[in-house]
Amino acid sequence: MDLFDIIGPIMIGPSSSHTAGAARIGKITRMLLGSQPVEARIGLWGSFQKTYLGHGTDKALIGGLLGMEVDDIRLRDSLSLAREAGLAYSFYNVRLKDAHPNTVVLEVADELGRQVKVQAASVGGGEIVIRSIDDLEAGFSGKENTLVITHHDTPGMIAGMTREIAASRLNIATMRVFRQSAGGQALVALELDSPADPGLIERLKALAGVYHVAYLAAREQGEE
Amino acid sequence: MRTMAELFGAAEKGSISLGEAALRWQMAESRQSEEAVKARMAQALAVMKESVQAGLDPNLRSVSGMVGGGAAKLAHPAQAGRFGLLGKAAAYALSVAESNACMGKIVAAPTAGSCGILPGALLAAQEEQGFEEDALVMALFAAAAVGRVIALSATISGAQGGCQAESGTAAAMTAAALVQLYGGSPRQALDAAGFAIMNMMGLVCDPVHGLVEVPCVYRNVGGVSQALAAAQMALGGLACPIEWDALIGAMKDVGESLPLSLRETGEGGCAACSFCAP
Repeated sequence: MDLFDIIGPIMIGPSSSHTAGAARIGKITRMLLGSQPVEARIGLWGSFQKTYLGHGTDKALIGGLLGMEVDDIRLRDSLSLAREAGLAYSFYNVRLKDAHPNTVVLEVADELGRQVKVQAASVGGGEIVIRSIDDLEAGFSGKENTLVITHHDTPGMIAGMTREIAASRLNIATMRVFRQSAGGQALVALELDSPADPGLIERLKALAGVYHVAYLAAREQGEE
Repeated sequence: MRTMAELFGAAEKGSISLGEAALRWQMAESRQSEEAVKARMAQALAVMKESVQAGLDPNLRSVSGMVGGGAAKLAHPAQAGRFGLLGKAAAYALSVAESNACMGKIVAAPTAGSCGILPGALLAAQEEQGFEEDALVMALFAAAAVGRVIALSATISGAQGGCQAESGTAAAMTAAALVQLYGGSPRQALDAAGFAIMNMMGLVCDPVHGLVEVPCVYRNVGGVSQALAAAQMALGGLACPIEWDALIGAMKDVGESLPLSLRETGEGGCAACSFCAP
């Protein structure tokens, strides 16, 4: 925690957890999809469900899906901007077990029909955790340089990925691997100490068995 | 600088202000130049100024309609001059808090719900006394260092520690910043923070309908008045009679002993009262 976690973030009100965190979740979901969403089905749970209208949680989530940052004043008008951008959205009350009170489940799709389902929680002060992607456990904050790779679970996949990361001379800070079943779809979430280069992302995408690669660049301190 | 004692030690050792000690710590932490770190704080100050102006719109209303437009009344020249600096600080604190409630752009300090206290006091003081921009930036560093100690030693979350953790922390940060701005010593600045924690202790978090509106925006006015009072005592030579870090520990204990109904659940306190539409 540094001094700009105390005086900051610069954000659109009224709530760091219900507004800023929600916008951040929307933005990361867009990045995980990798394109402009045209459809979004959003389930709200807990405090999100009870107080979303008064906190602008709906506007923040949609604004994030449209690519807005937490300090973008257009968050206020995001629902009408979504209509202009061709994003159809709906909200519903979702029932979850043992979930953080500020949890949301987003199912989004782009023009080409690519879909992603994200469950995330806003855990306070604008910080968030991506809990799952396409029902595969994830567990990252999006604060660090993060690579999210979905792939076919087959021997040698992880070795192939880490070889490419080593070739880019990058250090892995954390790494989590999850799968639905042996030989099924699997997910790797890697946090890197320094930014990934575009070449690395292309090489990872080209690996046999890799379905999708999303890269979230760290929120760099001081970078405005 | 994880405790008030350590923060004081860092300032004493270098014969520098709290703000200067905080600036040097941040430079080391983020491995950035003095210029870069100060530019970032100056950016926060610029947004604070914009948020004061944005909140003065008399037509401003929150989504629920419970708040908005109050600061425009307090900032009216016929009102703002009453009680000296307090009148203007109250107007500005309310302005930023109402701006936040109405989806305006603000700087969390330390939280969004308590975002009016620090800019309210500092910007009113600047208008009254003509303080340089750089002096305000350095006062913000002092405030941030105090807030960080409280965040590390206790909590700045209303859901965990009640409103004392949010607006109480903001008042402590503001009191320290004011003392530095008005030429007090690091010890006086921390005494002021101590007085603010002492006088805000026990304040519960009881938002009506669970929204950051009532009583939150008015608590920002209360917090700024407590910050001014605390700074006044410290600058006047009163020493805080309880150790700074012990006060933060006590605030943590009080927060943990609050029932859940008084920790941002929107059940107890003001939230349990019937609400009169304005």
